[in-house]
Amino acid sequence: MARAVTTQRKTINTVIAWIVGFLIFFPILWIFILSFHTEGDAIKHPFEVLTSRWTFESYATVQERSNYFRHFWNSVVISVGSTVIGLIIAVPSAWAMAFVPGRRTKDVLMWMLSTKMLPPVGVLLPIYLICQNLGLLDTRVALVFILMMINLPIIIWMLYTYFREIPGEILEAARMDGASLRNEVIYVLLPMAVPGIASTLLLNIILAWNEAFWTLTLTAAKAAPLTAFIASYSSPEGLFYAKLSAASIMAIAPILIMGWFSQKQLVRGLTFGAVK
Amino acid sequence: MTLTFRALMGATALSAVAMAAQAQDTTLTIATVNNGDMIRMQELAGAFTEETGIALEWVTLEENVLRQRVTQDIATNGGQFDVMTIGTYEAPIWGAQDWLVSLNDLPAEYDVDDLLPAIRNGLTVDGELYAAPFYGESSMVMYRTDLMEAAGLEMPDAPTWDFIKEAAAAMTDKENEVYGICLRGKAGWGENMAFLTAMSNSYGARWFDENWQPQFNTDAWKATLTDYLDLMNNYGPPGASSNGFNENLALFQQGKCGMWIDATVAASFVSNPTDSTVADQVGYALAPDNGLGPRGNWLWAWNLAVPAGSDDVDAAKQFIAWATSKDYTALVAENEGWANVPPGTRTSLYENQEYLDAAPFAQMTLESINAADPTQPTVDPVPYTGVQFVAIPEFQSIGTAVGQAFSAALAGQMSAEDALAQAQALTEREMKRAGYIQ
Repeated sequence: MARAVTTQRKTINTVIAWIVGFLIFFPILWIFILSFHTEGDAIKHPFEVLTSRWTFESYATVQERSNYFRHFWNSVVISVGSTVIGLIIAVPSAWAMAFVPGRRTKDVLMWMLSTKMLPPVGVLLPIYLICQNLGLLDTRVALVFILMMINLPIIIWMLYTYFREIPGEILEAARMDGASLRNEVIYVLLPMAVPGIASTLLLNIILAWNEAFWTLTLTAAKAAPLTAFIASYSSPEGLFYAKLSAASIMAIAPILIMGWFSQKQLVRGLTFGAVK
Repeated sequence: MTLTFRALMGATALSAVAMAAQAQDTTLTIATVNNGDMIRMQELAGAFTEETGIALEWVTLEENVLRQRVTQDIATNGGQFDVMTIGTYEAPIWGAQDWLVSLNDLPAEYDVDDLLPAIRNGLTVDGELYAAPFYGESSMVMYRTDLMEAAGLEMPDAPTWDFIKEAAAAMTDKENEVYGICLRGKAGWGENMAFLTAMSNSYGARWFDENWQPQFNTDAWKATLTDYLDLMNNYGPPGASSNGFNENLALFQQGKCGMWIDATVAASFVSNPTDSTVADQVGYALAPDNGLGPRGNWLWAWNLAVPAGSDDVDAAKQFIAWATSKDYTALVAENEGWANVPPGTRTSLYENQEYLDAAPFAQMTLESINAADPTQPTVDPVPYTGVQFVAIPEFQSIGTAVGQAFSAALAGQMSAEDALAQAQALTEREMKRAGYIQ
């Protein structure tokens, strides 16, 4: 039986949820506000910032100084490329582990997850030297491959969780009807797992979009994505808050808009199987 | 047969055209920091491309990221960059390792003898110039003339630390959020340790004796740190242990600092009426001394160098000769005014009346730079070069660790004695590990 919830309780929960939501969102809101002020105003007391003149000056400077669209395109290629290739590898892997598990499947899954526990800087030098020897420094190919490898455990884990929720009998029925393995996966499994695959895709695009260690370390001018674009506005000597804020907003805007439109799908996918 | 022959001829012709196009299409990748002078150079670099046909790709990074990226690239001979922006700390170390291309063969019209001797010496190893200075800086006292007057004091051109203490006490008005002195407190070899090492020189302290023995257990270091902590605890802003250049710049521009001792490049920011609320009330003086000879000022320059792994060494040298030339200075003056030309590298700039008229802080900058001697930074002899740093590869990690101990002392987490004891112990350990001492 469902627990009775009083109106007062509901109101309190709603208020708490809004406050927590606001606190999480506040840094982005403040960056947004600072981006519309001059450098001089951006360092004033917060209340003075709000009352001072709003201007597009920082956006104009950033637009003039940097090639935003080149960074943007690099981010798109790297994040979408790494996620799509990751999915192509992860779907058969997750299928195997979900529907034909072996004695060591759980161990394999845990081993894959354990690779996420290694600090990236621990493998910086070998990966840097491999890229250098293969002539892949400052190329999108290197980043697509590396980010795919980094996010692969998450992709497999997420898909494995979704696939486990799909009754194996349906796939068996397809097999009984003569479907090949390829057709079983493409025409039966994937349509049923669309919400899960979509949320995996979205989440991993976001993770790859925001990745700032490898993208800063392995790129120079040609393959530098939006993370490098943001980093270029931090200054050791001189005020930079307003321009840095404008660059940050320009960098996160595409992914924020994408997340906004797909939030229903994202939440549905992430909570898939949570409530039975 | 004829068709095959024609196809082969066509392919050969296309390859030849492609190769010729590639030869003309030289592109230099330049790694740089984000500061006003460097950004201005990017804006004006179109003139260089127009003149030479050499295209430029810019990689602008935050200082610490840049340092890590270029170190990684140069140590592995990565060849990602053709021109690197490096500091006075890296230039002699990397030059000695043959990681940089010598710039001794720059054309005669470059007039290398016009470079300020103090800056040029810091970039030269065994007679080879390994980097060309783009802009140079020292440190000096910037102070509020109105607050100084209200306190009934007059700032001498060359103040002593005793005067600074007296003035800081007289100018402090904590109720109105006016603090007598703002100094760097954020931990880091280029943050609080840049200031404290320069300050320690004027107290007669040194990092190492002639045999590389750490010297934090001396009275000179104790006096340095004690005076610094007294100044900051009594007359400094709250939370000073997390203040670096930009935080103090913001405080000064908002009228919350009576005095600020920091990079000479700050003068152009604090006197700029667009951002500074106290632009017309700023005075300048040399960094303080204690009557021992050396003053508490540092010496730094951002320089352009060619890494040994570059594929376009000649084009890179051509760019460096352009960007650090007298003609470039004239180009900036023509487009942005004399006050905005990169300071602190050439003697001729300080003989130019137009520049001296436009930059009231010019003479003080020159005197500060000339007052610093990287080869003899303090009273007693030292085995290293560098005014606010020690030009050995190990210094980055040692300097930052010592900076953390001193920053903790400023935050009240340990006493000056404990911070010095910790600094002595960790420096001894690292120097033993590196083989400088037994």
